[in-house]
Amino acid sequence: MTTSEVEREIVIGGHFGPYGGRFVPEALTSALDQLDEAFHSAIADPEFAIQLSGLERDYTGRPSPLTRAWRFGEYCNDAHVYFKREDLNHTGSHKINNALGQVLLAQRMGKTRVIAETGAGQHGVATATAAALLGLECAVYMGEEDTRRQALNVARMKLLGAEVISVTNGSRTLKDAINEAMRDWVASVDSTHYVLGTVTGPSPFPEMVRHFHSVIGRESREQILAVEGRLPDAVAACVGGGSNAMGLFSGFIDDLSVQLRGYEAGGDGVETGRHAARFSAGSPGVLHGARTYVMQDKWGQTIPSHSISAGLDYPGVGPEHAWLHDTGRAIYEPVNDSEAMDAFALCSRTEGIIPAIETAHGLAGVIRLGKELGSDSVIILNLSGRGDKDVATAARWFGIELEHSESGISIELAEGR
Amino acid sequence: MNPMKTGSISAAFAHAKGERRALLIGYLPAGFPTLDESIELVQAMCDGGVDLIEVGLPYSDPLMDGPVIQQAVDQALTNGATPKSVLTVIKAVADRGVVPVVMSYWNPIEQFGVENFARELHQAGGVGVITPDLTIEEGQPWIAAAALHDVDPIFLVAPSSTNERIAKICHDTRGFVYAASTMGVTGARDQVSNMAPELVARVRQCTDLPIAVGLGVSNGIQAAEIAKYADGVIVGSAFVKAANAGGVNAVRELAQELAQGVRHGG
Repeated sequence: MTTSEVEREIVIGGHFGPYGGRFVPEALTSALDQLDEAFHSAIADPEFAIQLSGLERDYTGRPSPLTRAWRFGEYCNDAHVYFKREDLNHTGSHKINNALGQVLLAQRMGKTRVIAETGAGQHGVATATAAALLGLECAVYMGEEDTRRQALNVARMKLLGAEVISVTNGSRTLKDAINEAMRDWVASVDSTHYVLGTVTGPSPFPEMVRHFHSVIGRESREQILAVEGRLPDAVAACVGGGSNAMGLFSGFIDDLSVQLRGYEAGGDGVETGRHAARFSAGSPGVLHGARTYVMQDKWGQTIPSHSISAGLDYPGVGPEHAWLHDTGRAIYEPVNDSEAMDAFALCSRTEGIIPAIETAHGLAGVIRLGKELGSDSVIILNLSGRGDKDVATAARWFGIELEHSESGISIELAEGR
Repeated sequence: MNPMKTGSISAAFAHAKGERRALLIGYLPAGFPTLDESIELVQAMCDGGVDLIEVGLPYSDPLMDGPVIQQAVDQALTNGATPKSVLTVIKAVADRGVVPVVMSYWNPIEQFGVENFARELHQAGGVGVITPDLTIEEGQPWIAAAALHDVDPIFLVAPSSTNERIAKICHDTRGFVYAASTMGVTGARDQVSNMAPELVARVRQCTDLPIAVGLGVSNGIQAAEIAKYADGVIVGSAFVKAANAGGVNAVRELAQELAQGVRHGG
């Protein structure tokens, strides 16, 4: 497959090869048409670009640095490992790129309210932040299970003035939060824009969300050329819905010498059935408005996913990833909870960066990649988020007692995990 | 294909029209609460005067449905409902001389195999399929498979649909056009949206197909109101509520009340 073939497939009617498209109630079709038109007119409008890039620079803090991970690299067969520091963005993850873009667009479309779904809470926080900044009303749907896992982010959203709606049906995670957000949107579409948080959903969401994150790939490409004088051998990212990965990949998709590597949640292990490994154990189907790889039973019922990471705990994946997978342009592998948590600890202790547990799956992948590609290889990992929100989960995993003493938290890492 | 053959959707609408009334359409999910009970419930709907039954195919992510139907399909899935259960219930409805169609989100049909589904449905006596999350753009393979097996593909129009889209949807729809009365999910409402008459009028401009109105209808008075301007009245959540509250008797009584309603609209 040549680059031009890949590109051509991507633009036809919101499809990526056989994937993507629009599988939605008719009530949403005209809203999606309007959104598609508004999005394309906005990105062709220099004023919108100036507004967005101004916010990215002065509010988010872009460009984010590309940091050489010297000590972590020693555990990756001495590969030249670079972290694209999306964790340093305002709100602590890449999610703000898309949230600012879409909330600006919502404002431009005359909407007064935005809604969002969130898993780990990072997208909810980013949307609540952008809504506060631009003066829009905001409601965030979050699975009850995730509100428990990510209590810190629930509090952040509330502090930012958003309403957080705990979703108690289905598996009470991200998948069910998306269902509820869609139901809200069908009834409120006149006044409300749905800020979908990843590269899934009906067209134009996958294309639009990728566009707002493409700044990650553009910056990375310039930065690596400046520091290494050449393109990387591989770029890597964790893949839940796949927005941080699509943002990074988009900068290198035409550079066929650059491998695109995605790491999905292997949970307790793909063989246990408790995972979110859509490419390893899923099959093509339709979920949440798009055809893509889905974890489903033989009758097409969605199988609940499992991961220690709320942000990767999703039974579907962005349709463009499905296409990149089928065409062989990108390679996706599962990373189990335990391997991810080992990488989490390693990154914290070698680089002084506590990553999000989502990101830790990508870090584990980079350790594998270093072994595969050799000591002179150049690898960029999208360090998609910081781990503050995951401290309680990580502490439990590592057997750290959180003492609420004056001296703060006493930390002793349990050996062997 | 004879459009007016006995047991077909068009014949049912023509019969109702002959009686100067609207057609009564009722929905219940297959396998709710169990397969055997769901058969008894649809039979009660038939006995109470429902003319056409939408047998729901329970799906794990029903994003067009409100809490009442969500809980019912969850219960059906927990109790083991599959597309095969749907075919069993379809056959039970057909055996009572009432017209059965399927209401299903798209993925279960795609996984069953589009053509297999159309064939097996036809063999079971099913004559149509309502697909609430399938757009006509994505629906072309289904439309072809349905035509091959004499099954009517039934698409929805919404108050937000442009006239241009309504024309396209009517072009590809067979049997009847499903007009969603409101912008929202399924569930009984105190008032049926005032957007419905306007929508039905716009659909009439595009097609001679019968038009049925659904979403939010729960009692005989509302049914009578809709029967004044639409050819069919669709009731879903209210039947699920009745089944939860009083089983077959409550379902039969609701059907009787609604059947009175559709006869007082003209």
